[in-house]
Amino acid sequence: MNQKKHSPRLLMMGNDAIARGALEAGIQIASGYPGTPSSEIIENLSRSAAERNIYVEWSTNEKVAAEVAAAASFAGLRSLCVMKQNGVNVASDFLLHLAHSGTRGGMVLVSCDDPGALSSVNEGDSRPFARLLEVPLLEPGDFQEAKDMTRWAFELSEEIRNFVFLRSVTRMSHASGCVTAGDLPEKARRPAFRHKGFLLDPDSGPVISLLPGVPELKHGPQQEKLRKAAKLFEKSSFNTYKGPEKPDLLIITSSACSLYSREAVHLLGLEDRVGILKMGTTWPLPPELMKRHLTAPDRILIVEEVLPFLEENVKILAAEAAAELGIKTFYGKKSGHIPSVGELNPDVVISALRKILGLPADDSTADFLKKAGAIAASAAPHRELTFCPGCPHRASYWSIHNAIELDGREGFVCGDIGCYTLGFLPCGFGTLKTIHSMGSGTGIASGFGQIRRFEMDQPILAVCGDSTFFHAAIPALINAVHHRSPVTIIVLDNRGTAMTGFQPHPGLDVSVMGEPAVDIDMAEICRSLGARVEIRDPFDLEETERTLKLMMEETDGARVLILRQACSLSPEKKGRKLFEVTVDESVCIGENCGCNRLCTRIFRCPGLLWDGQKKTARIDEVICTGCGVCAGICPSGAITKKEARV
Amino acid sequence: MTADPYNIIITGVGGQGNVLAARVLGNMLLRRGYEVTIGETFGATQRGGSVMSHLRVAKYGVWSPQIPRGRAHMIVSLEPAEAVRVLKDYGNEDVKVLSNTRPVYPVSVIAGDVVYPPVEEIRDRVQALIPGARFIDATEEALKMGSPILSNIIMLGALSCILPISVGRSDFEAAISGFVPVDALDTNLRAFDRGTEMV
Repeated sequence: MNQKKHSPRLLMMGNDAIARGALEAGIQIASGYPGTPSSEIIENLSRSAAERNIYVEWSTNEKVAAEVAAAASFAGLRSLCVMKQNGVNVASDFLLHLAHSGTRGGMVLVSCDDPGALSSVNEGDSRPFARLLEVPLLEPGDFQEAKDMTRWAFELSEEIRNFVFLRSVTRMSHASGCVTAGDLPEKARRPAFRHKGFLLDPDSGPVISLLPGVPELKHGPQQEKLRKAAKLFEKSSFNTYKGPEKPDLLIITSSACSLYSREAVHLLGLEDRVGILKMGTTWPLPPELMKRHLTAPDRILIVEEVLPFLEENVKILAAEAAAELGIKTFYGKKSGHIPSVGELNPDVVISALRKILGLPADDSTADFLKKAGAIAASAAPHRELTFCPGCPHRASYWSIHNAIELDGREGFVCGDIGCYTLGFLPCGFGTLKTIHSMGSGTGIASGFGQIRRFEMDQPILAVCGDSTFFHAAIPALINAVHHRSPVTIIVLDNRGTAMTGFQPHPGLDVSVMGEPAVDIDMAEICRSLGARVEIRDPFDLEETERTLKLMMEETDGARVLILRQACSLSPEKKGRKLFEVTVDESVCIGENCGCNRLCTRIFRCPGLLWDGQKKTARIDEVICTGCGVCAGICPSGAITKKEARV
Repeated sequence: MTADPYNIIITGVGGQGNVLAARVLGNMLLRRGYEVTIGETFGATQRGGSVMSHLRVAKYGVWSPQIPRGRAHMIVSLEPAEAVRVLKDYGNEDVKVLSNTRPVYPVSVIAGDVVYPPVEEIRDRVQALIPGARFIDATEEALKMGSPILSNIIMLGALSCILPISVGRSDFEAAISGFVPVDALDTNLRAFDRGTEMV
């Protein structure tokens, strides 16, 4: 990533291209919170940190990340702030204030959205935030552009004195393509925060979001910045048109959808009939450029994912210019030609084009796909989501589930976001009963706890991960403790932000840059609040279940159980077996076991196999990670573990 | 190259190293002067789930990171059932198939809710549809070499022999160096060579 001159073309993931663009722009600070598909950007920058003398951090949450990046901007440095779409929700309170105060050194906020919710528990769209925040929005349409646009975004930010919003999607961030790298700056800036000037001086005054009662002093200039951005966008090379001078149909699109649109037009051979206006600057839309392209075609198709953001903005422009443009027919999400949920792909655009232009269906592969489908129906069994072999969450949920069943009062668990979200599925024994945003399991439990005063007898539990604990669960826990809500909060502490690739969090003693960090003791935090705290190893099933059962019986106030065991994919565990696990076929009673194949049917670890011929369980030595937990669940003692030789 | 863009799908189950295989192959092709676009699915949905990488190999330009339905030219599968799953969406009469024989059982199969047919049956049915489909025991060979994780590299070696694009050992050596530590280079090269001997 650090070559300086005459760079060759490299195969880069979109996220790496964004990181490269930021380095070429000369950023000195980068902050973020992990979230798929955004995490590689900060990881990439952390690897360049020492060589480029930049500071990189995984912040406690996205709002703090935005504040950290803003501070650098106030001191005149360029800074990058990175998050997934949900993170913008978290950061939005600060961002709405920052958009008023404006910035000094260039600041770019990158949001990586996940259309189709491939790795999310919601399907969101961060683009409307740009409109809400009244800041410019950029969307790269390929990998070279991801780099070039990120670099340019810093210039734009300094030109208009506000932060710039850059939005990527999974198929851009987690896709790769060829990129030619540019030069890296030789010199770093020297920071200084000037604050002694006139109150409204953007260069030397204090940085204040708004003066109460006089919004025109700050909000007015902010809107002027946006108009300036729209003017710059009129000439931006990131907006391109390809197609005939007077197309039958104009496609307006952005981001990965521009690649789907191009492929669809190519496959249908419609290059002479359909034009594609690929927008890189999607808010505010440059009105003159839009009008120029809207004049000729009578029919317009808008291709985009999740919300009809582009569609609505184009329609507003077309309505404003109706006297010049005349009547147009729009196709898109509102007309039903483009689906309003889920990810798009070239086939979706092909089908929309066929419908609009009245083209016949192509069934040349239909016969083959039908035959292949018939094989798949029996030979490609569905792969339901599950915890990895050796995952501590499986063991934790086993004990939580058993403790609730033994308690017998229909207790339930509130959850939130992390690998442990899967606890609502059979792999987590259907234990989770509510799932929402980061930390919300603890907050919802705090609320349920208060309902118990109206004679609800059900025990209330919540789970949250270790990174989530620091991110958003602490205020909810304080609420529960303060209001004496009788709940059991379980922290599934797997020693890192495991779901997104094992990034460090405030509970660990090292930063993403490899520098020593203060490890915050979550148990001490909870104790200092006055909560009773127990720490157990979830692989010790008996002790975990016993402790939990006792905690559930308590009726006064919130208590915390920390279940601590490192993720099986963690660097210290990966590829290392703790135990050699074997099944003694002569002892395994298979279907006659009290619960009918308790290990394979109920416990469901992918490292176990059911031998249909011998009617016994066995271990898949390729999959098993040697955690040894299944030895503790076998009622017959047929599964045995012995310490693995290192 | 028999088509432009030439569309390759590398598929498997989370943890089998298919993302690495796709990136190594992408870099091998880049060395040969092609433009490469790769689309990947990984993340939370891949905990025990199917993982697919789409490679578009072209003389010019960026292509959609998702291959259109029915338009794969080559399907490489690290797991036999996954080969079938990809065939039903992206296959066609001219597609080439290279698959590992070692199953990774879905938990629903382990639990006994669903049946996973014998691998021989999967192979026979796929070959009835695609007569030239190749099945190799990559995981068995990888285990013999000391680690099941080498299966993906063995598959890459085999692929280099049947791909209608000229790529070879020197491309692999240059590409893999960017992904594995120096002391693992030799093992990976041996795995690649082993793969070339299996087809």
